[in-house]
Amino acid sequence: MITQRNLVVVGNGMVGHRFAERLVAAGLHQGWNVTMVGEERRAAYDRVHLSSVFGGTPPEALSLLATPAWYQDHGIALVLGDAVAAIDRGRRVATTASGRELPYDALVLATGSYPFVPPVPGKDGPGCLVYRTLDDLDAIRTAAAGARTGVVIGGGLLGLECANALRQLGLATQVVEFAPRLMAVQVDDAGGAILRQKIAALGVGVHLNKNTTAIVRRADGSIEKLTFADKSELPCDLVVFSAGIRPRDQLARACGLAVGERGGVVVDERCVTADPAILAIGEVACWQGRTYGLVAPGYHMAQVAADTLAGAAEPASITGFDLSTKLKLMGVDVGSFGDAFAATPGAQVVAYSDTAGEVYRKLVLSPDRKRLLGGVLVGDTSSYGALHQAMLNAVTMPASPEALILPATGGKPAGLGVDSLPDGAGICSCHNVSKGAIAKAIADGKLTEVGQIKSCTKAGTGCGSCVPLLKDILKGELKKAGVELSNHLCEHFRHSRQELYHLVRVHGLRTFDALLERHGRGRGCEVCRPAVASILASCWNEHVLEPAHLPLQDSNDRFLANIQRDGTYSVVPRVPGGEITPDQLIVLGQVAKKFGLYCKITGGQRVDLFGARVEQLPLVWDELIAAGFESGHAYGKALRTVKSCVGSSWCRFGVQDSVGLAIRLENRYKGLRSPHKLKSAVSGCARECAEAQGKDFGIIATDKGYNLHVCGNGGMRPQHAVLLAADLTEEQVVRYTDRFLMFYIRTADRLERTATWFNRLEGGIDYLRQVVVEDSLGIAAELEAEMAHIVATYQDEWRTVCEDPARRARFRSFVNSTDPDPSVVMVPERGQVRPASAAERSTLQPVEA
Amino acid sequence: MTTTSSWTPVCRLADIVPDSGVCALLDGRQIAVFRVRDAAGEHLFALDNRDPFTGAMVLSRGLVGDKSGTLFVASPLLKQRFDLRTGACLDDAAVRVATYGVRLQGERIEIAA
Ligand code: SRM
Ligand SMILES: Cc1cc2nc3c(=O)[nH]c(=O)nc-3n(C[C@H](O)[C@H](O)[C@H](O)COP(=O)(O)OP(=O)(O)OC[C@H]3O[C@@H](n4cnc5c(N)ncnc54)[C@H](O)[C@@H]3O)c2cc1C
Ligand code: SF4
Ligand code: FES
Repeated sequence: MITQRNLVVVGNGMVGHRFAERLVAAGLHQGWNVTMVGEERRAAYDRVHLSSVFGGTPPEALSLLATPAWYQDHGIALVLGDAVAAIDRGRRVATTASGRELPYDALVLATGSYPFVPPVPGKDGPGCLVYRTLDDLDAIRTAAAGARTGVVIGGGLLGLECANALRQLGLATQVVEFAPRLMAVQVDDAGGAILRQKIAALGVGVHLNKNTTAIVRRADGSIEKLTFADKSELPCDLVVFSAGIRPRDQLARACGLAVGERGGVVVDERCVTADPAILAIGEVACWQGRTYGLVAPGYHMAQVAADTLAGAAEPASITGFDLSTKLKLMGVDVGSFGDAFAATPGAQVVAYSDTAGEVYRKLVLSPDRKRLLGGVLVGDTSSYGALHQAMLNAVTMPASPEALILPATGGKPAGLGVDSLPDGAGICSCHNVSKGAIAKAIADGKLTEVGQIKSCTKAGTGCGSCVPLLKDILKGELKKAGVELSNHLCEHFRHSRQELYHLVRVHGLRTFDALLERHGRGRGCEVCRPAVASILASCWNEHVLEPAHLPLQDSNDRFLANIQRDGTYSVVPRVPGGEITPDQLIVLGQVAKKFGLYCKITGGQRVDLFGARVEQLPLVWDELIAAGFESGHAYGKALRTVKSCVGSSWCRFGVQDSVGLAIRLENRYKGLRSPHKLKSAVSGCARECAEAQGKDFGIIATDKGYNLHVCGNGGMRPQHAVLLAADLTEEQVVRYTDRFLMFYIRTADRLERTATWFNRLEGGIDYLRQVVVEDSLGIAAELEAEMAHIVATYQDEWRTVCEDPARRARFRSFVNSTDPDPSVVMVPERGQVRPASAAERSTLQPVEA
Repeated sequence: MTTTSSWTPVCRLADIVPDSGVCALLDGRQIAVFRVRDAAGEHLFALDNRDPFTGAMVLSRGLVGDKSGTLFVASPLLKQRFDLRTGACLDDAAVRVATYGVRLQGERIEIAA
């Protein structure tokens, strides 16, 4: 009988878990008795995305285990909530804090790091915290509940993550950094300045060159303020230290293993420590004098250690690590790769800095400018993947490399295609997947979606930074394979949205089922159902909750309200042009009070009432309708608002009645369903107080009439509108807008805003002007007639629901009970209510509405 | 599947618009009931109403459809899809919601939970 050997793994963090996965992949869990000891209460989780918990991700979703019983299923003993306290190398026994004795033949240290807390007086005591584990996160949340201002000491990557977390917890947040810039390790001064500007704009205070001398506490022990070497002070209630990490090498030190000068258990290129029976991996390992605070090097070590244990024929080994990073901090994109600080002798630097646009890009080139050595990107990292790969694969630079960072006419620099990369190029560093492996997976599995690449190769499932490259590779491979990049809506329709629109119009199809039967297959999905619902509504304008249409509507359209994180809804009555009477304002207040709704003035010049349960929606609307309100379609891909400025009625500069025109336009196009939402505005003069040039269609008054601008956009990718026609009469504005909107509805893709549609339009504004103003296609009369049909068949969707008992009956929390949904629980905040968080829900009683 | 527990009537078939869902309250438990058609005919499904990704009680309000023949409901919040037959999440193999027995007795829909 073969006696099984014992393997003990200390630490069930990200790298420890990856090591276990590699063991299983190599079948080693069968030859060894594996015991894994983790000090934390939870099994391995994704620390990299820890902050997402503050954004609402449930902690369970961070678990790294493929299935909850993964360890059990593979016969690995997982001990949680206990720590290895000592290692007896002579006897080869590890002892845990609770007294378990674990004999080993091999032992792997995967103990990670701990946050470093500088020896500042006052650091011990309530209100001083660190940020590394889910438990730390709970502690921060608890401490934040009683605090108003929070300070993060340390302006590095983790410090900024942490500042964002405090901000999300509602604290006034400050970052204190010893160095003269933020993220001193990754970005240079110029990039740091832009980063600081962006972060300050988010309301987070940034204090550089600050050496914290003490944390001053009041008599009751609570924190009062921080003091600094330059004699300045900063009042605060809570402090989180993020001043760097240190390897957890105490166990190794105590049993006499060699450690590095700056800490970390010394390992060779096979991850073996000074004791051949002990290996170290992840952040605790020190290779060639340094430790690595990123997950990708740790994952590589996990593979190396598994190969070492297996005695693999062609073992992986450590050859060096790429410490490039790309991340989004508080919505600010930051990338840093290679020799970011131009430390290579003779290195050449080209940089582009736009302080107004808040973009910074720098490339570090070899002395002959043929190779890319590194770079820094702040504000826009869309070119990170391509540049990083160009560096790793020594791709020859174009004659003028500055073209790679200077904005081209479209606003984005000219890119380097993935085509220029060799097959060996490592695309996903988290999971060590090469371009060749991805291309092969695409070809072998006939993959057509990035999601499939993720599940087949794991690429893209770590930090996610390689996903844009995966998309490019997929596109390239499909093209190479002669697969025409399909513009098919989804698996159910082999047609584009534009083709389906024509089929619906030409054949007079009135329902999804009729279209599916003739031109599709299967039962439809969450992509095609709402898209077809929108087409049907744009063409025939029937009520969206007709029984045939109801099952097509997306979350919000299905209940004619916007669904919120807790399953309640918000109600936004229409306020055309933003003009509202005192009586209507009073009714809004009364309704909100009666139903216990949270009130907020929106960015669209109207009022949003939040927190209504399904069965309350018709009751709320009964009262709003009685006061003359109509649906605001805040839930639909439809016309939202036509904002207005006060214009000539009141404003001393106004040259036309902007409010009057805005109301006319809003009433004309209300209820119009379109591929994406539509927004508009009318300004009374060139000062543009209504921001018409950021709208899908916007009108600016001139002393000769009106200028019509189209295809502007705020939101994720702001885009300035372009002038379609100048000095128009009101009637011309209406006619051209009718044509413009219907032409867009005919030809756009699903969920394509006018700005994106316009960018795709060959011939640009000249072509659009020919079609809309000059009627070059001879379709103007048709487009106007189609719009006339929409205008003539308008109904207030909510009135129809309220007046029809059958439709009202669809608005119930429960089909077999009139009870309110007990899972909806509100808590007070700033004098109103908000949904309780999961933690609050379990401890709090509901606020009576 | 529960075979021992008893069947409780919750609503009539006509209370559910074809290809959509409703929520039934059973001893304080929220159960999403769907009525969905495919080539084989009309089917009833019963799933836990709780969206495991957000903790909100909303699955009954999701869109239904099929992915290569597998009937699913997509959460109305963040759009993850769940197999109506098994409760397995199609977008995350680690996640699954509970399913319940459901049957049609004449015009009445009954649930075993
Ligand atoms: C309430 C409001 C924020 C506020 O408190 O001010 C708001 C709230 C939402 N916005 Fe907005 N947006 C609001 C004005 C805006 C504006 C400003 C404006 O319209 O002047 C913008 C930028 C302008 C623009 O759209 O071009 C804006 C850009 C977005 C975007 C990004 C669109 C884009 O093309 O990039 C989304 C996402 C989407 O539509 O896909 C979005 C989506 C959303 C949704 C609907 C998200 C959702 O589906 O749950 C939010 C829910 C509203 C609710 O539950 O009631 N919201 N949103 C504003 C409602 C205005 C109104 O009265 O209808
Ligand atoms: C907020 C945050 C954001 C981050 N963002 C990124 C990022 O964007 N990109 C990136 O690459 N990296 C990032 N990191 C770093 C990344 O999380 C780490 O590099 C990675 O977790 C290291 O894995 P590890 O297994 O070595 O250590 P850990 O994941 O820390 O695991 C070590 C485990 O060992 C346990 N342990 C320690 N001593 C003992 C003992 N004696 N007995 C039993 N158990 C013990 C610890 O409790 C811990 O659970 C981030 C980290 C944090 C905290
Ligand atoms: S846009 Fe002109 S008219 Fe309108 S409010 Fe501003 S200054 Fe007055
Ligand atoms: S590089 Fe992190 S997921 Fe691919």
